Amino acid sequence: MNLLLNLINGISLGSVYAIIALGYTMVYGIAKMLNFAHGDVIMVGAYICFCAMSYLNLPPLVGVVLAMIVCTALGMIIERLAYKPLREATSLAVLITAIGVSYFLQNTALLIWKSDPKVFTSVVDGWPGLKLFGGEMTISPVTIVTVLANIVIMVGLTLFTSRTKKGKAMRAVSEDKGAAQLMGINVNSTISLTFAIGSGLAAIAGVLLCSAYPTLMPTTGSMPGIKAFTAAVLGGIGSIPGAMLGGVLLGVIEIFGKAYISTQLSDAIVFAVLIIVLLIKPTGLLGKKISEKV
Amino acid sequence: MKNMKKLLAVLLCLAMVLSLAACGSSTSGSAEAAASGEAAGSAEAAPAENAGAAIKLGGIGPTTGAAAIYGTATMNGAQIAVDEINALGGIQFELNWQDDEHDPEKSVNAYNNLKDWGMQMLVGCTTTGPCVAVSAESNADRIFQLTPSASSVDVIGGQTDGIARKDNVFQMCFTDPNQGTASAQYIKDQNLGTKIAIIYNNGDAYSTGIYNKFISEAETLGLEVVSTTTFTDDSANDFSVQLGDAKNAGADLLFLPIYYQPASLILAQAKDMDYAPKFFGVDGMDGILTLEGFDTSLAEGVMLLTPFSPDASDEKTQNFVKTYQEKYGDVPNQFAADAYDCVYAIYNAVQANGVTADMSAADICEKMIATFTGDFTFDGITGTGVTWSDSGEVSKAPKGMVIQNGVYVGM
Repeated sequence: MNLLLNLINGISLGSVYAIIALGYTMVYGIAKMLNFAHGDVIMVGAYICFCAMSYLNLPPLVGVVLAMIVCTALGMIIERLAYKPLREATSLAVLITAIGVSYFLQNTALLIWKSDPKVFTSVVDGWPGLKLFGGEMTISPVTIVTVLANIVIMVGLTLFTSRTKKGKAMRAVSEDKGAAQLMGINVNSTISLTFAIGSGLAAIAGVLLCSAYPTLMPTTGSMPGIKAFTAAVLGGIGSIPGAMLGGVLLGVIEIFGKAYISTQLSDAIVFAVLIIVLLIKPTGLLGKKISEKV
Repeated sequence: MKNMKKLLAVLLCLAMVLSLAACGSSTSGSAEAAASGEAAGSAEAAPAENAGAAIKLGGIGPTTGAAAIYGTATMNGAQIAVDEINALGGIQFELNWQDDEHDPEKSVNAYNNLKDWGMQMLVGCTTTGPCVAVSAESNADRIFQLTPSASSVDVIGGQTDGIARKDNVFQMCFTDPNQGTASAQYIKDQNLGTKIAIIYNNGDAYSTGIYNKFISEAETLGLEVVSTTTFTDDSANDFSVQLGDAKNAGADLLFLPIYYQPASLILAQAKDMDYAPKFFGVDGMDGILTLEGFDTSLAEGVMLLTPFSPDASDEKTQNFVKTYQEKYGDVPNQFAADAYDCVYAIYNAVQANGVTADMSAADICEKMIATFTGDFTFDGITGTGVTWSDSGEVSKAPKGMVIQNGVYVGM
């Protein structure tokens, strides 16, 4: 019983990581850059939804949609102002810029919303949870919604990148920017679209993260962001199902590590697993090995 | 044509760099202005009485970053006290508050800035880690330091190996060990629980310090601790495992020597699990009721030891709470109250020992040490008959509080 309970807790935590990791992996896969500001876009999304629900008394669904619109716009603006001028620069320069954007967002949020933590009302507040074994075990509604949202997003993204024209353009850009451009693909608008989608997903991730763990601060996004980045690497960065698998695994390992080995060592265990996986399979669990063509 | 293009590119680059630089300086400028705005207020008030005769108080605490809530509270609390004292005439203070972002390195930088400014006494630092670093500096420089809220014994030194007593440093808050001991004794005396579970932050000196003392005191008193689990700031989201462990061990009292933000998550998750032990917190729990959007019914029955209650009926506390609300729109927490008391303690000491603004920081330091370690007692809003020992620790009685219907009630 305890085992099952821990498993469910792990999946619940892991799905939150997974949903953030999807955004990371998507941007990395197409733009080949680590967008460290992703965690902070999540935080902005959560704040927008919080404001819509608490200050404007809008229904949760409107709050989520509003957060998605704002984050999508924010993602595109960040890309346009901070990353696009560096398209030809070294990846290190882009990485440092991303860290800069991350700090910029955190401190702007600090100015706007101040440092005191806010308590986020769950968007599924009042929904019934799933009771199992005659009420001995409860799966919270937010867990169910997170897992479902994860699956829907993963399937949606996979279909999008494999079936639609825009999606195919994205894959082409990811494989070879120069060749894609020669084939008549607008590389800039494709990368913009990637950021738009990634940031829209970040808004959903923010809302679900704060529904599950309801304190909201300007630094709320940073640690889950780093864990999700780990999850994306574990699953194979660039791979959409990999992000999902990596996220859930990371959550389960974290909870099991806490429950059966040591609460003090849980993070060390998580990262030890990551190191072992990367030693055996450097591209991550579902990552593709890309051979450099000379 | 080609050269023109190059020139244009260079110009555009320059324009961008300049605009970015302008962005940077203007934002940091405004942040500083915001941080020191209150300080400027007092600087204007000071010369009205007798120009140049204000004693320069430095203050350090995080007003930005993750711990900004504490630094902002101490800054505001200290400022109110300075304004009140200056309005009385007589001894004048000038407060210069510096942000350290809860980072020891930045804190030492802030301290050096204050020294350049001509600081004569230091009210700070607000948080423990930075304060340990800064107190070593102030000790070497002979600058008197009174910290509102840095509670580790390493701040005052002399109690752990390798850190000698810093005789110029005094605390307004309880030390961590004192809180641990007091909590265990309180639980034993009031018979609050038979099986105790503890969740603490093992990545935090404050939390670990209280835990260590609590656990050894609990053993002495014969309290049964059935579950001890930890978390760190990086894993402060999910407490299902820790709570599950406490529940399975049959704990009827959960001791939480942690800050209120993770505590609010623990309360919410315990409720989801239908686990309702008694919750017992320490002064870090203070602030949970003012958490925006927090469902205060979750905190119903939570007990805590704290030196300050904004609902206390004495005149001093009520005035302070009223002024604070008018100026900053918030109910002050104990950090604000501790900082307010710090400035008043310095004021009272200065009245007693005749320190003046034209004395050097080192002379002031010696006089202040003599006063604080002498038979000086202080009545403030965080305690009455407060005294300091030679070790720099404060001696005041913690108040046991319980949350009922969303407000603190004395136990």
